[in-house]
Amino acid sequence: MIEKFFTEAVLVGIIASGIRLATPYLYASIGETFGQRSGVLNLGVEGQMLLGAFAAFYVSLTTGNLWFGLLAAMLTGLIMGLGMAFVSINLQAVQGISGIGFYLFGLGLSDLLFQKLMGTVVTVSGFRPIYFPVLSDLPIVGQIFFNHNILVYGAYAMVFVAWFVLNKTTLGLKIKAVGESPEAADSLGVSVSKIRYLTISFGGMMSGIAGASLSIALLNVFQQNMTSGLGFIAVALVYFGGWRPIAVMGGALLFSMVNSLQLWVQVLNIPIPSDFAVMMPYVLTIIALVVTVQRVRPPSALTKPFERGH
Amino acid sequence: MEKWLRSESVSKLADALLPVFAALAALAVGALMLLVLGANPFEAFGALLDGAFGSANSLADTVVKATPLLLIGLGICISFRGNVINIGGEGQMIIGALLATALGLAFPDWPGIVMIPLAMLAGFVGGAFWGGIPGALKAYFNVNEILSTIMMNAIAVQLMNFLLSGPMIDPVQAAKASQIPQTARLSTSFDLPRLIPTRLHLGAGIAVLLAILVYILLWRTTIGYRIRAVGQNRFASRYAGIDVKRQIVLALLLSGAFAGLAGAIQVFGINHRMITDGSATGFTGNAGFNGIVAALFGQLNPIGTIPAAFFFGALLVGANKLQRVMQVPSALITTINGLVVVFVVSSEKWRKTREQKRLTDMMAEIDGDPPPNPEKAVKEVGS
Repeated sequence: MIEKFFTEAVLVGIIASGIRLATPYLYASIGETFGQRSGVLNLGVEGQMLLGAFAAFYVSLTTGNLWFGLLAAMLTGLIMGLGMAFVSINLQAVQGISGIGFYLFGLGLSDLLFQKLMGTVVTVSGFRPIYFPVLSDLPIVGQIFFNHNILVYGAYAMVFVAWFVLNKTTLGLKIKAVGESPEAADSLGVSVSKIRYLTISFGGMMSGIAGASLSIALLNVFQQNMTSGLGFIAVALVYFGGWRPIAVMGGALLFSMVNSLQLWVQVLNIPIPSDFAVMMPYVLTIIALVVTVQRVRPPSALTKPFERGH
Repeated sequence: MEKWLRSESVSKLADALLPVFAALAALAVGALMLLVLGANPFEAFGALLDGAFGSANSLADTVVKATPLLLIGLGICISFRGNVINIGGEGQMIIGALLATALGLAFPDWPGIVMIPLAMLAGFVGGAFWGGIPGALKAYFNVNEILSTIMMNAIAVQLMNFLLSGPMIDPVQAAKASQIPQTARLSTSFDLPRLIPTRLHLGAGIAVLLAILVYILLWRTTIGYRIRAVGQNRFASRYAGIDVKRQIVLALLLSGAFAGLAGAIQVFGINHRMITDGSATGFTGNAGFNGIVAALFGQLNPIGTIPAAFFFGALLVGANKLQRVMQVPSALITTINGLVVVFVVSSEKWRKTREQKRLTDMMAEIDGDPPPNPEKAVKEVGS
């Protein structure tokens, strides 16, 4: 049985789908990294993703244009992000709990709109894999790296953009300062609110794209609660990656590889109960959290609202 | 008149009513959404009220629906008071239900009077165990409990799916080709006593009784005092000699226990067997999250959580009628619940500011020298 795994086709398949499946995690967790680096925990990622997934799907379906769909998802995520920013920054609500509120809101609203506007599950023809001359035809390498759609490549590109912005720009410096010591940043003339508004609404937009990557690029359907916890895992991946984009990507890849392994276990009918296979990534996440927190310290001001003169 | 408006009791009353205002605001947004959906909000809320309170049966259903919300809400009161955020109600409810069901299936011949309390205890223990793990991870390994409890939810669901389609499957189903993942029906002698002819069962009574006990636990015992002290200020508590880590574990353990009990009551009072559609919601009906909403609405006070759970139970039951009569998906209620959470936590700051102000006013009165600028005084006390 187990030897079925060690064929070239299966191994290549696992790695290729692992790379592809990391996409929604990457968008969501990179967006979340910015928010947390600036000191705000956005736990509403799941809700933002669901609404983004719905917006992308519905707009693509009605206009026939995937790019409009993507734009709609970005806008939806942005609006949700602005809501979270307002509640966390201006109203100073407890972030862990307000995020759950936004999650329930997104869960309910995406379901409501789905039932009212569509009613049944239909499919769209989503983003197609890009064909690279020569490269895509290479054996193994071609299938692993050069056979994905644009949103997959976009996700990995965003990791490096995030790394660059956080480590090599003044903006990144300001974001980190606001997350570590908002008082000091404020006294140096950095507007804590502005930076946080920027990072959280950006995070919301990225969550929207993460949702879109599911509904119009990977699965090409919309269903109620289709993210089923993916947004929460994305938040966990930020902790796992120690708030650094490249490490977050490592975590996302590890997670999606395990996931893809699990899918192949089911496809190949290997006698491991599939429930345990599905469970594996979550157990892994808990273990990973235990290991990471021993060596990385979260941003000092994480979840702490900032008020001038305190 | 003005003096009356400014008086302390009125100001306190206004603060106590804040969640009600938050709920009204959420319902107003809900009304707007109904308008957009092309439904008359008045008719819709009418249908909702009728569905929730229209007959003895619907009223009983409301109470039945409110029971797990209250139980989980009680657990949330304990953990949130200890500044530990338990999002794992769904998983804890499942594990509690699994353990209680396994016990019931293993000893079908025991008399109900013995089995029912033991099964409730099994639910309590199962939930406590599932909550205790993230508690220990937080206390001793500093793992964020929000994330670990969410992961524990996903693990619990898979465990349920595995058990119900394998070791615990109904022998009848196991013999059939369909193999619906469900357990056999528990012995009828284990059914929680009911108020015939409705679905109202003993569980609601247990939950209300426990609400009073949790109130006593939190405000009249040292255990509760310690949990709340740690919730207020971890560092000060440590200096005061409280074992902070132990309180963190205890808070999550107890919080999980109540969710587990809710699971056991759900099985022994309503379903009489466990069945899974593959998701957590299929069994819990989202009670793990809605219980948080109820507890927040009850201002994290066990007694206040009683009417809060009743209110959200009514919303859930009424939503079914809303769907039947007006074709408005019941997902509207999830949306409104989300808004209630956001509005309640958003209004907290306002309440705190006013509490601060009352404190300053009081101190000024004692000094007999009112501060020239109350705003400034508030700031000073606050900082």
